[in-house]
Amino acid sequence: MQAPLTLGQLEKKANDVRQDIIHMLEAAGSGHSAGPLGLADIVTALYFNIMNIRPEEPEWPERDMFFLSNGHCVPVQYATMAERGYFDVDELTTLRKFGSRLQGHPERTMLPGLENTSGPLGSGLSQAAGYAYSLQYLDNNKHRFVYVITGDGELDEGNIWEAAMFAGKYKLSQLIVFIDRNNIQIDGSTDDVMPLEDLRGKWESFGWHVQEIDGHNIESVIDAASMARAITGKPSAIIAHTIPGKGVDFMEYDYKWHGSPPNSEQAKEALMKLRTLNGKITPGHMA
Amino acid sequence: MNDFSLQSELFSDDIKQEATRVGFGRGLKAAGEASEQVVALSADLTESTQISLFKEAFPERFIEIGVAEQNLVTVASGLARAGKIPFTSSYAAFSPGRNWEQIRTTICLNDMPVKIVGSHAGISVGPDGATHQMLEDIALMRVLPNMVVVAPGDSVEAEKATKAIAVNGKPSYLRLAREKTPIFSTDDSPFEIGKAYVLREGNDVALLGTGTMTYQLLVAARRLEERGVQAEVVHVPTVKPLDKATILASLRKTGRAVTAEEAQIAGGFGGAIAELVTENMPLPLLRLGMKDRFGESGAPNELLDHFGLTGEKMADEIKQFCDRVPRYHQ
Repeated sequence: MQAPLTLGQLEKKANDVRQDIIHMLEAAGSGHSAGPLGLADIVTALYFNIMNIRPEEPEWPERDMFFLSNGHCVPVQYATMAERGYFDVDELTTLRKFGSRLQGHPERTMLPGLENTSGPLGSGLSQAAGYAYSLQYLDNNKHRFVYVITGDGELDEGNIWEAAMFAGKYKLSQLIVFIDRNNIQIDGSTDDVMPLEDLRGKWESFGWHVQEIDGHNIESVIDAASMARAITGKPSAIIAHTIPGKGVDFMEYDYKWHGSPPNSEQAKEALMKLRTLNGKITPGHMA
Repeated sequence: MNDFSLQSELFSDDIKQEATRVGFGRGLKAAGEASEQVVALSADLTESTQISLFKEAFPERFIEIGVAEQNLVTVASGLARAGKIPFTSSYAAFSPGRNWEQIRTTICLNDMPVKIVGSHAGISVGPDGATHQMLEDIALMRVLPNMVVVAPGDSVEAEKATKAIAVNGKPSYLRLAREKTPIFSTDDSPFEIGKAYVLREGNDVALLGTGTMTYQLLVAARRLEERGVQAEVVHVPTVKPLDKATILASLRKTGRAVTAEEAQIAGGFGGAIAELVTENMPLPLLRLGMKDRFGESGAPNELLDHFGLTGEKMADEIKQFCDRVPRYHQ
């Protein structure tokens, strides 16, 4: 198992993941920018600190599980998996190409390390809940955890609330869900398309423990996961407030980047933004 | 002809009758005894879908989902990821009716060996009416890559089919009926997923049945014999994968074919046979079943008669077909 990274190292790693995402999307010519960039800190924290995993042994029976429910954000998962050693970083630019293991939306059978197939929204939480149910009630295994990421637009789907009721009923305490609260979806802001508040109240009323964090503060992400693991008798929801397109100033807060990749020009600019932390440092410092 | 032993008093008024869902209930319990990995999920229909027997025997492996069919199959997908063999149970109208996409994505594409049980399929559901009379499930399931589709002919076969599906390692769909239907097979009759069985030999026309319609074809064949038509009856419980060899052998011999299903003929079993025939052995085909319309409330027998799905009514249609259309010789 690799030595734990410091917070500074984790933050740098998340920046590497963001750059990988830009490279991937530019090469692919299609795909989603806003969500993956927004999730880079959370996914980096999961793969490099929170989860008990073995990249060289993707089916290790004692591993923690990660189910990406908003499957369109898979570029951030592929990038983080590559950085973590599941496969070569060079393979990332095969995203969405014919013959690639990196399908446009994640398919479990195509890439070792993926735990589910998703894309059509709303089913990942249920799949994770089924796994968590097995651990808790059928396998009597109390030390493995099941992590999920959902979008916030994804919470429009009824299947999500069926899963929420199920997890609440069965008190799935090994189920931990990060909700990517970036306030955007395809047709506009979540408030305009389908308002979600009182979001915290909804999950609490379904029997969940709820935390709210800054999804870009890696220390907060790690602390929230620790708290969630310590909660018994309830599943955990962590509402993570994120900025869509985080890291690239011309993409941030703009829902139009939800389903668009950067073109070459924009990719070049985006990489410059990432390498200089939006102009705060000179690129040499990132070496 | 294979050794598919039939009940001796096939056409007696006292023939033993039992619903295929009841045979499934027994089969699921047996599957649960054979493997600890088998788990059963209910969407608030435990008693009527007969997974109550499993629940009583293995309460720790029974999971109540409530009226949430999307969650039913996706939780099952997650359980399968954890190495379990999940059987999901509901009425076919709701599962796969409501949750077809989740089955496609999280079970077929995801390649998870979840067993979807669609009970109360067909118009024989009766008084509940068209909303509950699922007729499109065979078509919906057979067009999914990686899905096995089985419609057992009677409850004895349903029990065997359930046990076979429990160990086949693949996403599978099992279609069951609400009403009692005649048991025509015996405990010794073979059942293998992917195999069709010639129940009766004849040269004039091949009658291909799936599910509980096969028995009606046996009744029809008897009627037809009285009217000078020697019908071959082939039972095809596995709609996907089709036993092409057995079916084509019958077609080659008879030169005319009829299919029967308690379902829409479009895209269902009749559709599958039409595809097979067109590509391998073009010959006249008559598809019996629901002809692009919904069912309605009524007593099961009343409805089957009204929609022409009894042996007597089918014999009439088949006779007219044979009178009108010659046998095709290769």
